[in-house]
Amino acid sequence: MTAHDHHSHSHDHDHDHDHGEASDLSETELRVRALQTILIEKGYADPAALDAIVETYETKIGPHIGARIVAKAWTDPDFRQSLLTDASKAAAPFGYKGDVGDNLVAVENTPDRHNVVVCTLCSCYPWDVLGLPPVWYKSFAYRSRVVREPRAVLGEFGLTLPDQTEIRVWDSTAEVRYMVLPARPAGTDGWTEDQLAALVTRDSMIGTGVANSPAGQGA
Amino acid sequence: MNGIHDMGGMDGFGPVDPVEKGPVFHAAWEGDVMAISRVMGAIGAWNIDQGRYGIEVLPPHLYLTSYYRRWLERFERAIVTYGYADADEIAAGRSLRPGKPPPRGKQTLENIDRVARRGNFIRPATAPARFAVGDKVLARNMHPKTHTRLPRYVRGHVGVVESLHGCQVFPDTEAMGQGENPQWLYTVSFAGRDLWGADSDPTVRVSVEAFEPYLDPA
Repeated sequence: MTAHDHHSHSHDHDHDHDHGEASDLSETELRVRALQTILIEKGYADPAALDAIVETYETKIGPHIGARIVAKAWTDPDFRQSLLTDASKAAAPFGYKGDVGDNLVAVENTPDRHNVVVCTLCSCYPWDVLGLPPVWYKSFAYRSRVVREPRAVLGEFGLTLPDQTEIRVWDSTAEVRYMVLPARPAGTDGWTEDQLAALVTRDSMIGTGVANSPAGQGA
Repeated sequence: MNGIHDMGGMDGFGPVDPVEKGPVFHAAWEGDVMAISRVMGAIGAWNIDQGRYGIEVLPPHLYLTSYYRRWLERFERAIVTYGYADADEIAAGRSLRPGKPPPRGKQTLENIDRVARRGNFIRPATAPARFAVGDKVLARNMHPKTHTRLPRYVRGHVGVVESLHGCQVFPDTEAMGQGENPQWLYTVSFAGRDLWGADSDPTVRVSVEAFEPYLDPA
């Protein structure tokens, strides 16, 4: 494998960054290209593997996994209990390749308590059930403020909670990963898991939103 | 270290923009950087704590650029630090000499599933846990110059042990190449007013995961 081969490959893969000449690339793109070339030439990675990783996180691992877990918990009381007791074990069958990793914890919203998840030190996030974190989750504003003034931050997401509701913030400072089990929306009696899963937003599983209502008017 | 990365409680970053714009990656190079990072983890070039520490030691102005930009900055340094390429090769943009065999072997399409598999950090207990659920604990007033996962905003404050997570790899030593040194890991929660003062929101409770060496009885 030569650098030229890899450059050709990079132009072929399915991203919107095809450039005819290296001179069209930004300084950042050139630095990334240099590292890819070194990884391939030194035999650390095959080019196809590098592309497959991007594709996996763009298309296969995402919040649809978490949404199915939540919908199951809403319809199956035994599963809900298992999820709250040992989320890694209960949720594993829903994960990519049947795995969601160790140390997954599900925290349940109740009328008295609203949960919200952050990583103030970096960007720890339950990738296995929610995919890659959204930009705001990694933002300095969210990381700095949600542990100190969560009510104000939630307001910026359009989420207003009753004054007396406890807000429980989980700062993911080690390898424990949290997902929020949001409340099931009213007016969904008799709905199937598939129907319910469509109401479960990514933000509702982080705690900066709630599940959509049947009318589609969720926060 | 008391670095720019330890952001809990800081002012000055403005409101949160909750709108997710565009696709998963804003530019293709961001996805490429993510893939490079996953590969270096999968082949065992460095551990996750060394990777985090590599970002924390970036000069603050580079840390504050953008998420994937700081991953790139970290990567260019770490690949040299851990002996997987030399600085002249980074500058040249190509390999100038043979690579170092990675501990877990080359990343190929055939073993791609390991890239998405989360690491296991739980280890057998080597001693009984010092604290139990319900115990009051003091987060130590400690300021190590190297990697730690005890955020500044809880240091010196008293919290309550909510749960135990077994013994887990200790980032403070693992990041420095001094071994896994497993320690008991606790979820410790704090009243918001204890952390942020009497005029802060009384309904807030904040928890962190704290390793046993971060805690004293209170």
